[in-house]
Amino acid sequence: MAYPATYRYTKEHEWLRIDGKQARIGITEHAQAELGDVVFVELPAVGATVKKGGQLGTVESVKAVSDVFAPVSGKLLQVNSALESAPEMVNQDPHGEGWIAVIEMSDPGETKELLDAAAYQALIA
Amino acid sequence: MRTLFDHPSREAVGGLFPACDVPAVDPARALGAENVRPTAPRIPNVSEGEVARHYTALGRLNYGVESGIYPLGSCTMKYNPKVNEDVARLPGFALAHPRADEALSQGTLTLLADLTELLRRIAGMAAATLQPVAGAHGELLGMFLFKKHFEESGEPHRKRILLPDSAHGTNPASAAVAGFSVTEIRSNEQGMVDLDALKAELDETVAGVMLTVPNTLGIFEENILEVTRAIHDAGGLAYFDGANLNSFIGRARPGDMGADVFHFNLHKTLSTPHGGGGPGAGAVAVSAPLVEYLPVPWIVKDRGSARLDWDHPKSVGSVHSFHGNVLVAVRAYAYLVQLGDEGLRAVSENAVLNANYLQERLKKTYPLPYDRLCKHEFVLSGTGLPDHLSALDVAKRLIDYGVHPPTIYFPLIVPEALMIEPTETEGRASLDRFAEILERIAREAHESPELLHNAPVQAPVRRLDQTQAARNPVLTYPFGET
Amino acid sequence: MRYLANAEADRREMLAAIGRTDIEELFSDIPPDVLARFVPMGLEGKSEQEVVDALAQLASKNTCVERLSLLGGGIYDHYVPRIVGHMLGRSEFYTAYTPYQPEISQGTLTAMFEFQTLVCELTGMEIANASMYDGATALAEAVLMADRIGKRRRVAVAANLLPSLRRVVQTYAWAAGIELVEIPYDASGRCAWTETPGDVSGLVIQSPNAFGVLESFAGAKAKLGDALLIVVTYPIALGLVASPGSFGADIVVAEGQCLGLPMGFGGPLLGLFATKKEHLRQLPGRVAGRTVDVEGRVGYTMAAQTREQHIRRERATSNICTNSALCALAATVYLASVGADGLRQVAELNLAKAHYLADGIRKLRGMSLAFSGPFFNEFVVRMEEPAEAVRERLAAAGFLVESAAELEALGLENALRLAVTERRTRAELDRALAALGGKR
Repeated sequence: MAYPATYRYTKEHEWLRIDGKQARIGITEHAQAELGDVVFVELPAVGATVKKGGQLGTVESVKAVSDVFAPVSGKLLQVNSALESAPEMVNQDPHGEGWIAVIEMSDPGETKELLDAAAYQALIA
Repeated sequence: MRTLFDHPSREAVGGLFPACDVPAVDPARALGAENVRPTAPRIPNVSEGEVARHYTALGRLNYGVESGIYPLGSCTMKYNPKVNEDVARLPGFALAHPRADEALSQGTLTLLADLTELLRRIAGMAAATLQPVAGAHGELLGMFLFKKHFEESGEPHRKRILLPDSAHGTNPASAAVAGFSVTEIRSNEQGMVDLDALKAELDETVAGVMLTVPNTLGIFEENILEVTRAIHDAGGLAYFDGANLNSFIGRARPGDMGADVFHFNLHKTLSTPHGGGGPGAGAVAVSAPLVEYLPVPWIVKDRGSARLDWDHPKSVGSVHSFHGNVLVAVRAYAYLVQLGDEGLRAVSENAVLNANYLQERLKKTYPLPYDRLCKHEFVLSGTGLPDHLSALDVAKRLIDYGVHPPTIYFPLIVPEALMIEPTETEGRASLDRFAEILERIAREAHESPELLHNAPVQAPVRRLDQTQAARNPVLTYPFGET
Repeated sequence: MRYLANAEADRREMLAAIGRTDIEELFSDIPPDVLARFVPMGLEGKSEQEVVDALAQLASKNTCVERLSLLGGGIYDHYVPRIVGHMLGRSEFYTAYTPYQPEISQGTLTAMFEFQTLVCELTGMEIANASMYDGATALAEAVLMADRIGKRRRVAVAANLLPSLRRVVQTYAWAAGIELVEIPYDASGRCAWTETPGDVSGLVIQSPNAFGVLESFAGAKAKLGDALLIVVTYPIALGLVASPGSFGADIVVAEGQCLGLPMGFGGPLLGLFATKKEHLRQLPGRVAGRTVDVEGRVGYTMAAQTREQHIRRERATSNICTNSALCALAATVYLASVGADGLRQVAELNLAKAHYLADGIRKLRGMSLAFSGPFFNEFVVRMEEPAEAVRERLAAAGFLVESAAELEALGLENALRLAVTERRTRAELDRALAALGGKR
């Protein structure tokens, strides 16, 4: 599975697709593979503000619960409510249809600390 | 699997209850029409023979302690003596109502008071209560006692519980239900609490520490006295999870190790059956400073008669409708009376001997991450197996050999954990057979890994689709859909 | 010790195999100070024969079992069909552990699934767990769950809740920092739920309540808004009485002892816990679910485990692990044996016999029912003479009646609570009436 070069990544195995002040966030291919079949995704509320490092939601497999941390601070613009009925999209298309939320960043400078695809792939290698 | 609801319902079966010998009462008139159930619950009317056959069939799908070795780590699946079952069914015990007068209930009250005292002595502590009905319930009561203690001592800011990373999940959950936050303390390379890491966390926000002794690796905390002294010096309290008491019962006491609260699992150490997940019993013993907070009513004996004592204004209240799992207590009492001190000593001696014997043999075949003298259990690792095989695959293959698997994936600090507790009631021949099977499975992993991947094939069902069960939970019978 | 399989020779060889010479070496990791302080419990062992005799002797001191019970208050003297004990006595059921290995636990898991279905059928709810410790802890968990959802740190509780339940709820709520607001009862003995404040996470109502009176729920759910309606019910009554679910209850809990369990001086008991599907993720305790194996065969496994302590640890919905599985099996076999029609028959017998006694009491001089509300099999009698005198007459006639203390604590003077189950005959009830009326 390719790690899109246009994405940014975190050590906590999240990806960000940044478009101006907006960041679309999900968990990486590596994260979903480690977790196994995802059975439930707990989504945050649209409109809420999150701080970098704060809890964004949880992704559950049969026997594990994994927190999703906000990689950047900001306001929640959208959540992927399709995951409520189809959590398996996180497994099937983690970098695309399995996205979790879109944040309007309050401090775009935070993105400087993120990893690029090469650095992330080195991390999980 | 055929369920009760798959049985065709006939007309009323009758015959269990006598005909009504008083004037019938019209439910609508007596209760009000709006209070009368419009439709009956969907419970089929079936003959007694069909009921017997159905549940006998279900029983045969289960594995019990009498089916073979049941080496579940930290569960102490020892043989459950038959005499315990019989005495608990004596009508005097079984048919007693908890609201009957104390004078008419002296048999049970005396037994409960005597058992409380025996458990207090086993723990070597100041007092005990039988009210908690499970290990986790005992933990919860323990956390209530901690909370009350710090409220009374004017230190309500002590809100933090320290736990080793090898702790059972009920420990942090119990602390949280009682309103505490949890801080994890890492284990050192010997698998014991890292004393420096513990001391670094000790401050005036710490209420106490929860320890399992010996810990979930089956290792006795050699510096237990330093650990409890450090926590006491910092003004905190020490909780001991007694899940592993089987390893030292009859030769050492938690009270002498510095415990402030200790819970027993009567369904582990004292041979009462697990019932497929309960009922158990989780008696709690406490140190002197916590006695006045114990739940009411206390069961006390004075001048030959036993009674309920409600007069403890500083008590945390109650944690059970009545007096805990009394009929489980009857079984445990019968066990203690039968074994006596000598018997208890033999229990820990044989439990520890059996575990070390198995550990010594199996560590030649499976990695043993913490290789040292163990107590009643030890933890192997399923890492290093070929073909991406896991501890789960080993466990499932054991089922094909007619053996219950050990506890797997716990404790969390051992990858691919296989946690083995043989208990004292297993004999050498049984241990040898179990070891041979595990050795054979290790060979199979290399020679024909598909045997493990596909296991079990010799069971009522093969591996179940857990993902489906979690994504689309079907938790009740789908009437009309099948 | 007769439960050990190792012979002395085995022990010696096993010790040698692990490179030890003395068994005491196996305990060398316990600090010497600790070992030195050890004091035995001071008990010599006994033979099985002696144990049986000693326990039988103790059991014979429970003379309460020789009396005819009119006791209730959450625990009832119901008839247990003989088959229940026989099925529970199968060692594959009673000696098994929690079904963590589903392939060899299909018996327990299938029975759990049946139990959950039966609880939903009785209560009119959508989902149920596989049991809690008892009715009191089930209610305490319901209060915690309602506040996890409502987050208002306040829960309203009917004043006519049984004290045996209230005490436990109070303890749990105190620890969790939840304030309990008491809702009074009216002259009919029913909860005045219209007085529930608006800022609570839930309201707890028991029906039948501590006075045996059936509550009236019509409109309660609408009044509560988004606060949860928590109902404590009595499963045997549900053979006749409309289910709490039909009145819009959000959580239903009950003491399940009445479903085939011996009274056992109050334990082990059986907590029933049911709710709506939408609250599954907040449900405490173990749940069995239906699924298929790799060959497509139907099987059962533990479901929704990520709520539980072994996975979610301090963020679990409850700390419960061991529950009352075997008691749940007893309830399952009980309900399978009586069937829908048998359950209705038991309920009718309870209703008829309790009303027979109550009607007789109404005709006695100086005695009346304390409340006008409808009742099922339990009610409170008020008398013009001291309750203890009446209780002594009943005791002399061979009946077990609870002391007036609990009712006094609830504010009722000169009153006794009486429960009548299917076990009491008309002749016995006539004797009770004679004793109540002053004939010795």
